[in-house]
Amino acid sequence: MKSKKSASCGGFHPVSAPDYLPQTQLRQLQLARLKCIVKRAYENVSLHRQRMEEKGITPDDIQSLEDITKLHFTMKDDLREAYPFGMFASPMDEVVRVHASSGTTGKPTVVAYTQEDVNVWTNVMVRSFVSCGCHRGDIIQNAYGYGLFTGGLGAHYGAEALGATVIPMSGGNTDRQIMIMKDFGSNAISCTPSYFVHLAERALEMGIDLRDLPLRIGVFGAEPWSDGLRQRAEEIGGIKAYDIYGLSEIIGPGVAIECAMQEGLHIFEDHFYPEIIDPETCEAVPPGEEGELVLTTLSKMAMPLLRYRTRDITRMIPEACGCGRTICRMARIGRRSDDMFIIRGVNVYPSQIEAALLKVEGTSPHYQIVLTRAKGLDQMEVQFEVTPEMFGDTVGSVENLQRTLCHAIESTIGVRAKITLVEPHSIERSQGKAKRVIDKREG
Amino acid sequence: MKLTQLSLFLENKPAHLKVPCRALADAGISIMTLSLADTEQFGILRLIVRDWQKAKEVLENAGCVVNTTEVVAVEVEDRPGGLADLLDIIEKAGINIEYMYAFTFGRGDRAILVFRFEDPDEAVTKLQAAGVGVVEGISLYSRGT
Repeated sequence: MKSKKSASCGGFHPVSAPDYLPQTQLRQLQLARLKCIVKRAYENVSLHRQRMEEKGITPDDIQSLEDITKLHFTMKDDLREAYPFGMFASPMDEVVRVHASSGTTGKPTVVAYTQEDVNVWTNVMVRSFVSCGCHRGDIIQNAYGYGLFTGGLGAHYGAEALGATVIPMSGGNTDRQIMIMKDFGSNAISCTPSYFVHLAERALEMGIDLRDLPLRIGVFGAEPWSDGLRQRAEEIGGIKAYDIYGLSEIIGPGVAIECAMQEGLHIFEDHFYPEIIDPETCEAVPPGEEGELVLTTLSKMAMPLLRYRTRDITRMIPEACGCGRTICRMARIGRRSDDMFIIRGVNVYPSQIEAALLKVEGTSPHYQIVLTRAKGLDQMEVQFEVTPEMFGDTVGSVENLQRTLCHAIESTIGVRAKITLVEPHSIERSQGKAKRVIDKREG
Repeated sequence: MKLTQLSLFLENKPAHLKVPCRALADAGISIMTLSLADTEQFGILRLIVRDWQKAKEVLENAGCVVNTTEVVAVEVEDRPGGLADLLDIIEKAGINIEYMYAFTFGRGDRAILVFRFEDPDEAVTKLQAAGVGVVEGISLYSRGT
């Protein structure tokens, strides 16, 4: 039944009421919560108390929202050093859950939740699903990994509380995902965008076109993705693809979400207070300008974080959103200040390469960037999977394609890359976050 | 007349040619003729088989990138000058050849030349006008048996 594809775009849900609070009321709520959380952090977490003492301030110095700039920043390294439980503000008999980051280098970072925290998380996830147009009675296939990673359980609890039917698939096992999606008639899927494209392509190989299924919504996050990739995901899946943002340090998924307008993400600022700073000077950027997102948890009991540096680069969108939500909006995060790499002195983000590649007709979003050094000079190679649409039968046509891709990249970032075309499926598929850059340079 | 040729993208690495060939072998599909273009980085394998639809499906299931192209098959005498005489005609007709390859059936005195022209329809018309024996797919395939 094709009409399922164009079914309802959401509508109001009582849980979403805070999304529409009048500004004055929202600011009052934020300030009351900020005062409480600073006090809680000061009294229960030695790191926050020490940092505030170093600055010569106490919780009483926070009398307005602007006073937040008096506070110290919290960094990822602070969380690593406090491993495992050093950042907790609640006694263990109030902590009902822990999660941990993957910890690619050394120890993971551990985060904690009281029952109240889990309830807040569930609340913002319900508001996220509503914002994407999911509703009671939808079947939501949750393909985020279950476990220490926050994605799986965060989306799971939110979908249940919404009144949807959750299929707790977890990540991986693509053929099974496709079978279940088809047989159960999933209406929405939550996973990383790169994994969704992989899943849709695999489905086609199995003779299943996702556009013929009741699937209509993708809730995609956990990695930066371009508008080009969104277009591919929407085309191949016959869906609307929404960007969800979150990080385990703050709560997990559900910090911010797109609405039907798909023009930026609404931050649930009644629980997460955002600032945009210049990552070099640490000063606030002028309104609407790009900088690093800094978040303060306004209601987190077990692990309050003050001015946490996310490393994610974005900007606030000051204009009112057409969806009617009054909570603030940030631009989609295209890059992180720490996944940037420097090649021959030029700062490059993988998302820039992705955007350049996807501008070329018939390309696939399967690519990998390999950095090497030869004779002291940095070399960038972009490995790129060939599709039948972009491949001709003559050497000239393939070389032309290489030149087109090379030019697309060079005109975007100003650096020449070697384009290596590879056979399909030769770039490893990630079940979660795609690995885009392999840096083989030494030192 | 016009034949459908399969072309495959291959990385220029050991064992990469074997994958499609083995897949066809396992499916019991015989290759009538082939040509392999190589560059430092990649190769393009071009194949003529009897049942190209089935072969394409087999190759795609084996994970290959497969494209189809229309090529023109011409029969000439298998003797010195057989090709050169034909090329004279092609030159006079003002047709450009992108690439070509040849095969025989291992018997008789005839050879089949496979041409890739930019515009195969135009080429067929011009060649037939010049009296060249353009081979029909069906008759070509029946000869091999």
